[in-house]
Amino acid sequence: MSTSSDLAVEASGLVKHFGDTHAVDGVDLAVRTGTVYGVLGPNGAGKTTAVRMLTTLSQPDAGTAHVLGHDVVREADAVRGLVSLTGQFASVDEDLTGTENLVLLGRLLGYTRAQARERADELLTAFGLGDAADRQVKKYSGGMHRRIDIAASIVVTPEVLFLDEPTTGLDPRSRNQVWDIIRVLVSGGTTVVLTTQYLDEADQLANRIAVIDHGKVIAEGTSGQLKASVGVGAVHVRLRDPDQRPAAEQQLTAALGVPVLLDHDPVALTARVENSDLVAHAIAELTASGIGVAEFSLGQPSLDEVFLALTGRPAEPDTTSESDEENAA
Amino acid sequence: MSTQPSASPRAGTSSTTVDDSLAAALSSRSRPSRPSGVTTSLTFGWRALLKIKHVPEQLFDVTITPVIFTLMFTYLFGGALAGSASDYLQFLLPGILVQTVIITTVYTGFTLNTDISKGVFDRFRSLPLWRPSPLVGALLGDAVRYAIASTVVVVLGLILGFRPDGGVVGVLGAVLILLVFASGIGWIFTTLGLVLRTPNAVMGVGMMIIMPVTFASNIFVDPSTMPSWLQSFVDVNPISHLVTAERGLMSGTASAGDIGWVLVATVALTAVFAPLTMYLYRRR
Repeated sequence: MSTSSDLAVEASGLVKHFGDTHAVDGVDLAVRTGTVYGVLGPNGAGKTTAVRMLTTLSQPDAGTAHVLGHDVVREADAVRGLVSLTGQFASVDEDLTGTENLVLLGRLLGYTRAQARERADELLTAFGLGDAADRQVKKYSGGMHRRIDIAASIVVTPEVLFLDEPTTGLDPRSRNQVWDIIRVLVSGGTTVVLTTQYLDEADQLANRIAVIDHGKVIAEGTSGQLKASVGVGAVHVRLRDPDQRPAAEQQLTAALGVPVLLDHDPVALTARVENSDLVAHAIAELTASGIGVAEFSLGQPSLDEVFLALTGRPAEPDTTSESDEENAA
Repeated sequence: MSTQPSASPRAGTSSTTVDDSLAAALSSRSRPSRPSGVTTSLTFGWRALLKIKHVPEQLFDVTITPVIFTLMFTYLFGGALAGSASDYLQFLLPGILVQTVIITTVYTGFTLNTDISKGVFDRFRSLPLWRPSPLVGALLGDAVRYAIASTVVVVLGLILGFRPDGGVVGVLGAVLILLVFASGIGWIFTTLGLVLRTPNAVMGVGMMIIMPVTFASNIFVDPSTMPSWLQSFVDVNPISHLVTAERGLMSGTASAGDIGWVLVATVALTAVFAPLTMYLYRRR
């Protein structure tokens, strides 16, 4: 099988400027069919703008993009028939009920009135919204709102589903529900492109991740590859006796060949390691020299650490501004 | 069931029933054939009616305002302008009908702008549809609002003593021609709705256009008492031509020229502002 036919989404050199702002500044993406692709980045990184170009809502200033082989500019209508977008903000009509919204979309997509009604009932039940079917969407809770947004995107099951920050602002339980929905969608064969500011979310769901910052892809790979790019991980050691910590620090520094950090916890030591083989050896040496080790662990670096290593700053979203300013454009 | 390598055990355990019904809901991957532009436009019109059903307050402007205007102008100015309120009403009613409906067209742009500022319009734009259908559908829904406003004004006029010589056919013809013209005007406000940033700006600019154009016309008084510069404006004002056609239809004396003028103006407005609206809509 050839590689290009395996790709659901293929973008090269995508650029979008708003005045002097380079919202998207040369983005390349390759999303394999049937996978979840995470686009990870902080607020204002250009995620929404990129997704809007891939879903034909906005035209690139430069570069090309194809969805299942169709050019998003020249064959926009064909692309619209294959993709579905759940935007970051309300993407259903808040004045209408859940049923009315789904029937509306079913009719617009070509179902008869009866078929649209049947499909709406089926989806509302599947998404646990049966009881809220005849309630106006503006009276839905945050989690219910997100579910109807996603249900509205799969009235006709799309080949590629774009989810723009699907869990931003949700409580953990609603977030898990959205994750479950995404997993089922993918197991049914839909390709999902997911933007998120949550590293945990990309880690949990995505087969591959593009880290995007200031409109550019700064790293790409599986979450394992991204983590490996900043070293194997960190070793954490806790001693039985705090008095033994200086001796333990000396031994570990020598054995691992890296600086050892002393935590606030008087019995804890932490070191970033490049080679996990050294760790077992170092712990054995500590025990052999009579230093009591209460516990130790070798943790993979978190994607937070990855982001920090790549950009020099943490990826924590700016919690004061929920909205991506890029969305206004 | 999950073939996702990265799927955690949680997927299988937390909400099994949801997963099963969801998987069933997703199992059909068939795609209905693409609907016609007429179907999708009518569907958007249906959406506009649903919004009226859920937010009936939005009908105030087409029910209460026309009543206030008709009563106010008839009884405030009727005696002074025409000798008696009932004589004035014969003259005023076709004109106040025009003003009421033309003011309502501003709401078309207001509603469109409000719609766009929410995310739902992005969803419509990402669907494989005949592209003008959300806008055509909005205008269809607004035609219902114009019809309601017309009914309120005509029924109130009849109660107050308005007696059209053109009879039922004349009045229905007048309302029909007015709705046609209003949908042409509606495209001006869809254009404004796409150009301006906020719904309130659409309202402000819209009223700034509508107020002078409706007052500097033959709606309220015979232009023969106006200064000549104003008369020449009133004579070319499209609203005056529309009101003349409305008066003609309601009194059974309309000329083909009057009606023809309104239809040509409607076609011209649509030919200019519908493509402009679509151009702006595509560019957003």
